[in-house]
Amino acid sequence: MGIHRGHRARPVEWLVEKFIFLVSLSAILMVLLIFLFVAREALPIFLGTIDSALVQDAIPVAQMDKLSPAQLREYLGLTDKQLKEMDRETLRSLMEVRVEGQAEITSEFRNDPDARINTTQWRHLLLPHQWTDYDKPEFIWQPVGQIHKYNFVPLIIGSLKTTLIGLLFAVPLAVAAAIYVSQLARPRLRETIKPAIELLSGIPSVVVGFFALLVMASVLQSIFGYETRLNAFVAGIALGFAVIPIVFSISEDALTSVPQSYTHAALALGASRWQTAWQVVLPAAIPGVFAAVVLGFGRAIGETMIVLMVCSASVMSWSIFDSARSITTTIAAEMAEAVSGGHHYRILFMLGALLFAVTFAANMSADVIIHRLKHRLEGKR
Amino acid sequence: MNSLQKWLAPVCAGSVLFITGTSHAATITAKGSDTMVILAQKWAEVYMIEHSGQKIQVTGGGSGTGFAALQNQTTDLCNASRKIRAKEIEACIKAFGKRPTEYKVALDGLSVYVNEQNPVKQLTIEQLERIFTGKIRNWKEVGGNDLPITIHSRENSSGTYEFFKENVLKGKDFAASAQTMPGTAAVLQAVANDPKAIGYGGAAYGAGAKHLAIKKDDSSPAIEPGEETVVKGTYPIWRHLFIYVNPALDKGEVAAYLNWIRSDGGQKVVKEVGYFPLPDNLRQK
Repeated sequence: MGIHRGHRARPVEWLVEKFIFLVSLSAILMVLLIFLFVAREALPIFLGTIDSALVQDAIPVAQMDKLSPAQLREYLGLTDKQLKEMDRETLRSLMEVRVEGQAEITSEFRNDPDARINTTQWRHLLLPHQWTDYDKPEFIWQPVGQIHKYNFVPLIIGSLKTTLIGLLFAVPLAVAAAIYVSQLARPRLRETIKPAIELLSGIPSVVVGFFALLVMASVLQSIFGYETRLNAFVAGIALGFAVIPIVFSISEDALTSVPQSYTHAALALGASRWQTAWQVVLPAAIPGVFAAVVLGFGRAIGETMIVLMVCSASVMSWSIFDSARSITTTIAAEMAEAVSGGHHYRILFMLGALLFAVTFAANMSADVIIHRLKHRLEGKR
Repeated sequence: MNSLQKWLAPVCAGSVLFITGTSHAATITAKGSDTMVILAQKWAEVYMIEHSGQKIQVTGGGSGTGFAALQNQTTDLCNASRKIRAKEIEACIKAFGKRPTEYKVALDGLSVYVNEQNPVKQLTIEQLERIFTGKIRNWKEVGGNDLPITIHSRENSSGTYEFFKENVLKGKDFAASAQTMPGTAAVLQAVANDPKAIGYGGAAYGAGAKHLAIKKDDSSPAIEPGEETVVKGTYPIWRHLFIYVNPALDKGEVAAYLNWIRSDGGQKVVKEVGYFPLPDNLRQK
């Protein structure tokens, strides 16, 4: 019996291997498809081919015959196929609706310069604008109403504000707990604390949000005495509860996987257990801890329900005691009411693409940093 | 073999048609406004008891979702707490070649709530506009205590939000500091617990907070919200609730159901659920 090497010896194993490969490939493909879908829906915003101005040219129905089919198609926003299938009567009623829609606009808005602005242009999405009725140029997110104000900046700040508060609250606690559990706690204590913290991740975020809305908001307000009861601070702390188990369990893993020889060497040189944990083990585990923080960031910025329940006014302010509206909240709350294929709908997809890009960039740069740190710790250049 | 296929094919097709045909005829689907879900469910319940064999399925999701379902023809009826927009009519025409038919099915009054301890009893529409847009920031400017005003509003996907914005704020933006609450009950709860608060929502809701009397302008009388004042139209903040339907489907069982909703029987349910019934001239006899 000769020695068989490779897959010829175990065809079943080969099959399983290929199968797993295909499964993982399909996961990547899925992510790619989701991104393509989101990007496709947001494309008209990228290209600027959509116009959200309230007042638009309306061609009187009587002039229908003067329009060429191409003009008619463009004016009514039809595809070639739709145009061919429609009879005259249908086209006529489409034109009537367009005229009626314009006729409904009150003279107050008709004379408002804002009514002629296409608010889906990039400069209105990202820069402040002097709107009528406002004292100074401002960033405004007011997507519903006559004039649709789609400025992304309050939402981006809202997302960052709640996420950063959440991380500032969760990371020190989670990392400290991880150091304690992995380095200092006695085995029995460790076996109790670890599952207890990890159990936190099993709490649905709706429940965390509900608890924050009803209990934490009032308690925190009585402690800090701020003006608005529901604000970014409460949301951030509640987000922290969702982030803690993730940061904890990953950094605990990282700390535990530091070779025992490091600990032994430090202790043998006369360092105390605390010194060993703080000065030897933690620095050695930094790439893992960093990865934990990045994953925590991804969880916090992607979390919807907690922020949606606790606060959602789109205030343009960096103060943590003001309300905030995050990108995810906006998408979740507004998608159901957006006219399918309309500008609000496209803008929400644009926000989705933006969120995707942010988390992708965060994970990517984290990966690069972790690699560099690892290399440095291992003494490579 | 060949003859068997020839024989089988029409039978199969026929039975498929038969099954889908009957199930469609027996079930009416209604989708749309979350505000109207309770009302629509109650209608369906009562109607199904009176007409056994008729099935009615009701789902929420928001008026916009209902209109989207209407154009995709995945629902028979669309419940809406706001009027259909021109864009949505266009989409419907593109999808099935006709405008959807609009039926007014109930009235809803919107109340402005303040805390029980607040001495303010009445406000004009203009004062409301200035409060909710953030121009008036202190209760003493409208005759109350020297306290800052906290505004409680609704999520902008809500039909109530949009109605209030169009009709009371005249299309102007809500103050950025307005707190967005997930529902009328949440607005009420917040107002009940905060002496500085002001909020708005259905007139039928109400325990825990004071409903303000509203003046159309400085010279007109202050009117309290209530069935009589809303149905007569003297109370200034009220709206219609609608059902939209694809005209091609508006026949047979669907038409019978719509007629029943607008008859005295359906309007009795409206009152039970807490909205206001249609005035007599809009009812189906």
